[in-house]
Amino acid sequence: MENIISITPLLTVLVSVAAAFLIILTGQKRQNLREFWSIAAGVVKFLLVASMVPAVLDGKTIEYTLFHLMPGIDIKFRADALGVLFALGASFLWIVTTFYSIGYMRSLNEHAQTRYFACFAISLSATMGVAFSANLFTMFLFYEALTLITYPLVAHKENAEARAGARKYAIYLLGAAKAFLVAAIVLTYNLTGTLEFSKGGIFPDAVKAAHPILLGVLFLMYLYGFAKCAVMPLHGWLPAAMVAPTPVSALLHAVAVVKTGVFTVLRVVFFVFGIDLLKGIGINNAVIFLASFTLITASVIALSRDNLKARLAYSTVSQLSYIILGAALLTTSGMIGGIIHITNHAFAKITLFFCAGSIYVSAHKTEISQLSGIGKKMPWTMTAFAIGALGMIGVPSVGGFITKWYLLLGALERESFAVLFVLLTSTLLNAAYFAPIIYKAFFEKGQEDHHHHHEEIKENPMMVAPLFLCAVISVVLGLYPDFIVNFANLIIK
Amino acid sequence: MEDMILNNLSYPVLSITIFLPLAGALIILLLRNAGAIRWTAFLTTTATLIVSLPLYIHFDKTTYKMQFVESYPWIPEWNLNYTVGVDGISILFVFLSTLISILCVLVSWKSIQEKIKLFYMAILLIQTAMTGVFAAVDLFLFYIFWEAMLIPMFLLIGIWGSSNRVYAAVKFVLFTLAGSVLMLVGIIALYHAGGKTFNILELARVHYPFDLQIWLFLAFFAAFAVKVPMFPVHTWLPDAHTEAPTAGSVILAGILLKMGAYGFLRLSMPLFPDAVKTFFIPMLILSVIAIIYGAFVTMMQKDIKRLIAYSSVSHMGFVTLGIFSLNQTGMEGGILQMINHGIVTGALFMCIGIVYERTHTRLIEDYGGLARAMPIFTVFFTIFVLAGSGFPGMNYFIGEFLILSGAFKTSMLLGAVSILGIVLGAAYMSWLYYRIVLKKTNNAEMTDKLYDMNAREILMFAPLIILVFYIGVQPHVPLSYMQVSVEHLLERFNAGGQEITAVKGIVEVLK
Repeated sequence: MENIISITPLLTVLVSVAAAFLIILTGQKRQNLREFWSIAAGVVKFLLVASMVPAVLDGKTIEYTLFHLMPGIDIKFRADALGVLFALGASFLWIVTTFYSIGYMRSLNEHAQTRYFACFAISLSATMGVAFSANLFTMFLFYEALTLITYPLVAHKENAEARAGARKYAIYLLGAAKAFLVAAIVLTYNLTGTLEFSKGGIFPDAVKAAHPILLGVLFLMYLYGFAKCAVMPLHGWLPAAMVAPTPVSALLHAVAVVKTGVFTVLRVVFFVFGIDLLKGIGINNAVIFLASFTLITASVIALSRDNLKARLAYSTVSQLSYIILGAALLTTSGMIGGIIHITNHAFAKITLFFCAGSIYVSAHKTEISQLSGIGKKMPWTMTAFAIGALGMIGVPSVGGFITKWYLLLGALERESFAVLFVLLTSTLLNAAYFAPIIYKAFFEKGQEDHHHHHEEIKENPMMVAPLFLCAVISVVLGLYPDFIVNFANLIIK
Repeated sequence: MEDMILNNLSYPVLSITIFLPLAGALIILLLRNAGAIRWTAFLTTTATLIVSLPLYIHFDKTTYKMQFVESYPWIPEWNLNYTVGVDGISILFVFLSTLISILCVLVSWKSIQEKIKLFYMAILLIQTAMTGVFAAVDLFLFYIFWEAMLIPMFLLIGIWGSSNRVYAAVKFVLFTLAGSVLMLVGIIALYHAGGKTFNILELARVHYPFDLQIWLFLAFFAAFAVKVPMFPVHTWLPDAHTEAPTAGSVILAGILLKMGAYGFLRLSMPLFPDAVKTFFIPMLILSVIAIIYGAFVTMMQKDIKRLIAYSSVSHMGFVTLGIFSLNQTGMEGGILQMINHGIVTGALFMCIGIVYERTHTRLIEDYGGLARAMPIFTVFFTIFVLAGSGFPGMNYFIGEFLILSGAFKTSMLLGAVSILGIVLGAAYMSWLYYRIVLKKTNNAEMTDKLYDMNAREILMFAPLIILVFYIGVQPHVPLSYMQVSVEHLLERFNAGGQEITAVKGIVEVLK
């Protein structure tokens, strides 16, 4: 594979750190200028990532070494198909989310907006850092940085509930990383002498033959060490983090943070262990079981939640396991399904979260049982919600369908009826927890709300435009899946 | 003389580095004005650092031999010489000692207002003693410097300490003396068994009988284990650290604790390799106990300073875990982590000193909301807390990484157990941070007293911040100093062609 030496991957990281400084310097008094920095940085970041697409689709990688620490350990960046695919979605959605945030934060007159936008910018830097890490050390660095910088965002409201949620968030993510990841990275280094990613895995044959059980344990340490991927039982932080303002839940807990979790696991699957090794030691069977269990259980819990954001949170826990499950199938279609779901789920789920925020801002409603008849009052929002929900369920012409299609193919390739059964059951569950919301919104008559009787419910265009755009892109991804499937093919090839 | 390279600089660099602070102390004796005393102390410590810089520039990293050696006969009939030199193991400690001393002078600028003359003399005397310990190649000289540390340290805690200072000072001295008396016996025995010489390098060339090695190892162990401190002789540490003035805590954490672990590397390992091979498993177990037990006790502390003090027990447990892993990565990690611990814990004590100067309370519950009251302070404190909890890209992570790597190679089980210490370490650090920096407080009385850091305070943190990140991203530079020396040290263990494994160690112990 051809390598290009270029500073571009590092620049994608630095651009939003620079933006954070400008945001802090500008401050609350000049809030339009302050938000301009976020948007400008988002656009620059997206263009930088996009500029790497042609080379990456050409099969090349773009590398840049910042520091050499020790033999086999560097702070090094590398943009390849997997990283660019992830970064492309995250950086694009940052721009959209910034517009949405402006509508949300200003409508609610939220406090500490400067801190909010600054932390948001840096968390995007950390996400890019994870996407473009060339080795485990660099990835771990940015992974931890992402946890820390998102803490103020989760605790944004600074009340007891927010603090408790943020504490749980930090304890789960930092604790799992310390308990499992540090040891896993050290052991990997001891066994291989390097932490550098390499397609097909980095373990020498002698190690593979000598320590099959250790390697299996090591893989599970990675799976749970990267607790951002929310495989049960280390999923509790995700619903707890829903105390954050909705744009945070949208971008971070549907896209950047959780996708960082599954992204890191995919990195480990393809670039540390390699498909052959995982097949050889059979650990993927355990992972399939864990992911299936998470899929079904989280869906069932989602059914029981009346709070809209809580239901979306458990839906996220369950959907993330599609990605893990797809990768663990280790068949061509299964892996493609897992990889493309990073993007498909991102656009659909961010739409849903955006809608939840829009409902909260315009109608001050948070519970699903209060949503009767809201479809008439907020047609744009609820139409987008319906599209996002259909995507989650996997209805044709929305992106989620393509995912399920590949996953089902993957299950068939593996001739695993258990997986097939899990996929079908989970689809039914997806429908069971999303369909009632759509039904309530459009077909039930709303009860008169005495508190807001005289208040007209009006959708905020600053929020509706971004959320509708995301819904439209979800459909585009369902109609024209080739672009991202190409990426997936490059990754597993 | 075959293991020594004589000093080839135009001036006796090590002797000046050791004794310039002593000269400064003598000048201070003649001064009366408080400002003049402070400035003399500051200029002396800074000049010492500048004088010592050629050491690090001209150090030959490709040899394990003692470098910049100066040797003069002292008491010829005992074959006692004044011999000083540095190798890859000691050179970084000489650097750390000279650097920490400057910071100790700066950190005391405002907080020490009584008996200023005596205070700065004590600091400078301590500097001479600790640099001497790390540079001594002669065992007797080593012992003199080792003991010379004691009296000024006793004064530092006993005079300028807080409420319970006398108890803490006496406890510190009793523990340390008990250990070092046994070491003195060991030194005399070694002198007779090793061919009537005090030169450490010559003593190391003798192969001592196994029984003698065991006894000597234990005698030296008594002194070193107290200093490290290893479980269960660590109990003097929280009292001494907590009651000492900030400068005293910084010296204790930064340098004094390292002298114990340094003793293992400089004396126990090269002189008693068979005994070390026998005892390394118990040593590893004691280390892991210190890591876990220390971390739990740290978690429970209500006093900020005591919390950081107890964290040293846990962190030094990692150091001895690395050293007694008896492999290249573990030892390099252990040595590097000593430097890291000196930087980070020293900095944390300085941070506490800064807020204590303003509020005169050390209770965690009295604090809260420092992020709003002292933003510049918060930036520095955040960096050191992150470093101390092992954030990648900062110095501590590298040390932990190497130590764990070494520990896993020697014993999977002990390595795995020590992971708990890392988790707890992050937990008590972030919990402390939450309680004093983030949590809201209604204690207006305390908040009113707070004001942010001034230029002097920022200046004294600057070198530590630079080192935190420099070692974090360029660890190969400090490691390159020690690599060859550590290799040479390990060759002694594997000379007989025996691979050290945990199983073998246990078998030896059971025999």
